[in-house]
Amino acid sequence: MATLNLSAITKSFGATTVLHGIDLAVADGEMIVIVGASGCGKSTLLRIVAGLEAPTTGHVAIGGREVTRLEPADRDIAMVFQNYALYPHMTVAQNMAYGLKIRGTPKDEIARRVAETAGLLGIGPLLARKPRELSGGQRQRVAMGRAIIREPKLFLFDEPLSNLDAKLRVQMRGEIRRLQQRLGVTSLYVTHDQVEAMTLGDRLVVMHQGRAAQVASPMEVWSRPADTYVAGFIGSPAMNLLAGTLAEGGTAVQLKAGPLLRFTDGPRAGGDGRPLTIGVRPEHMLRDGEAIVTVALDLVEPLGSETVLHGMLSSGEVLTARLPGMVPAVGSAMPLAIPAEALHVFDAESGRRLDA
Amino acid sequence: MDRKVIFKGRALPMLLLLPQLAVTLVFFIWPAAMAVWQSLLQEDAFGLSSTFVGLENFADVLADPAWRGAAANTAVFASSVAVLALGVALFLAVQADKAIRGQRFYRTMLIWPYAVAPAISAVLWLFLFHPSIGLIGRALNAAGVLWDYQLNGSQAMLLVVIASAWKQVSYNFIFFLAGLQSIPKSVLEAAAIDGARPLRRFWTVVFPLLSPTTFFLLVVNLVYAFFDTFGVIHALTKGGPGKATETLIYKVYVDGVDNLNLGSSAAQSVLLMVFVIALTVVQFRFVERRVHY
Ligand SMILES: Nc1ncnc2c1ncn2[C@@H]1O[C@H](COP(=O)(O)OP(=O)(O)O)[C@@H](O)[C@H]1O
Ligand SMILES: [Mg+2]
Repeated sequence: MATLNLSAITKSFGATTVLHGIDLAVADGEMIVIVGASGCGKSTLLRIVAGLEAPTTGHVAIGGREVTRLEPADRDIAMVFQNYALYPHMTVAQNMAYGLKIRGTPKDEIARRVAETAGLLGIGPLLARKPRELSGGQRQRVAMGRAIIREPKLFLFDEPLSNLDAKLRVQMRGEIRRLQQRLGVTSLYVTHDQVEAMTLGDRLVVMHQGRAAQVASPMEVWSRPADTYVAGFIGSPAMNLLAGTLAEGGTAVQLKAGPLLRFTDGPRAGGDGRPLTIGVRPEHMLRDGEAIVTVALDLVEPLGSETVLHGMLSSGEVLTARLPGMVPAVGSAMPLAIPAEALHVFDAESGRRLDA
Repeated sequence: MDRKVIFKGRALPMLLLLPQLAVTLVFFIWPAAMAVWQSLLQEDAFGLSSTFVGLENFADVLADPAWRGAAANTAVFASSVAVLALGVALFLAVQADKAIRGQRFYRTMLIWPYAVAPAISAVLWLFLFHPSIGLIGRALNAAGVLWDYQLNGSQAMLLVVIASAWKQVSYNFIFFLAGLQSIPKSVLEAAAIDGARPLRRFWTVVFPLLSPTTFFLLVVNLVYAFFDTFGVIHALTKGGPGKATETLIYKVYVDGVDNLNLGSSAAQSVLLMVFVIALTVVQFRFVERRVHY
């Protein structure tokens, strides 16, 4: 158990820079989820923490100890890989015991810990099998077991659930969270799945093109996204982003789609006419209200308890709304209201959030 | 992608198989059958007549101290060649696997020896190790090592082992490199995170995962050392000095071609044939049973 500190980590492969200065302080026992689209540098960051890659610049400290130049073996960490990376020629028990054996743990203690860990993960009956005789979910558990058994300072997970089917994924997600909380080991968890990110993390690092777009708790990321990228990435269906300009001395926004919306939380800086991007979550759209936009529906998805509507505004912008209950059929133009109290205001140029 | 071609009728497939079958028949089955037949006969001193003697030739061969000497030479020779060729190839493959950029270069360089004819490779080694004209041979003598493989039996053995192993390294290298590259990188990374240093990683993860390849190559190398090294030995030492480098296959040649003792020579070659068949059977058994990772 330990803290983890990353300071100004950059990484370039030849001429391409993959990480542009990542800072992160992880508290003891905290679970941090690094989430972002494929190719944004999540794995690279994790591998730098593991010592499998060296950062181009910057420092990694685990438990206050500088480890930037240390081999993976000297960092006292464990990692669960996306493809599990079990040793194919070893049995499940040998797979789990490998790290302990290398550390010179006495035989009887290894046996005890293998049995204990296997019990914890429910893989006791599999101990004598080889990895190729296991199902995907079982391999996943063995990979977890191999990580847990060493009682490392830090757990690293690189998309550990992405090779599982949907049902198993949900189940393992819960299990990983329970285990992590029970063992209290500081963890970094990489995923591209926002549901995994929201449910697993104490805090999220939303990465975008090699930068940390936002580091905050899941609720904070959802309710106060730091920029338009985060706003569009977290939440499903994705947040509506509409063009507008600052109006009435900074107290309102004139939407390109028509209505004028008054900010309920106070004025924004910058003169009237400043280009803005206004975010509204689909689930915050209303059937009735003051600021009405007319949506030409092109798709209605009834989900039973709610209905997702997709359509186009007079400004040519697309709009999605999630409304409770059943909603009439396609083809019709439908009036919907944008609630002023649920607006997210971003600068149109930089995409950064503008607070009152 | 299963692209099975289905022929209508039997004539065309038969016709297509014919050339291969004919070649096998003429150059393999026929001589092998002749050897078996010959091994049961004994010729008179002038080669004018022959009599059927049953297994007498085999009994004679197995009891012959010269044959046993050649068998011992072969054991030393073949195991040395196999170990040296496998060891060097594995070392080079590991280096090449590490230096990802240089791979193409490495690969090309290391495949060359395989394309060189045995006699030519022998001459190459001769130019290196000949006591009076060879580069290394002269250097050794200048440095005070009494090097003359034409007089010293152990040195002669060393030379034919090196020359024979050298030719086989390329072949082994290709297989080892392919084997190494089929090991998922993440497995090695997992081992590194588990605390294994490079050497430990090699012996506990890489080497076990290569073992099917290694076993396959071991059999191939033994067969090579037994049968395909005639040219190297003939060009370098002619089995000498004395009989220090006379292997079984070389003795087959000496007894059959030089001494014209066809019955004995045929019996010896049949024994070799039985040996290689046995090796092949073991190989297939093992490969079948063996898991493929
Ligand atoms: N060893 C490498 N050499 C060159 N480019 C790499 C290497 N590893 C990763 N990259 C590049 O870095 C970027 C980020 O990769 P990665 O960290 O694996 O992304 P993610 O895990 O977020 O999908 C990608 O564009 C990838 O092509
Ligand atoms: Mg990745």
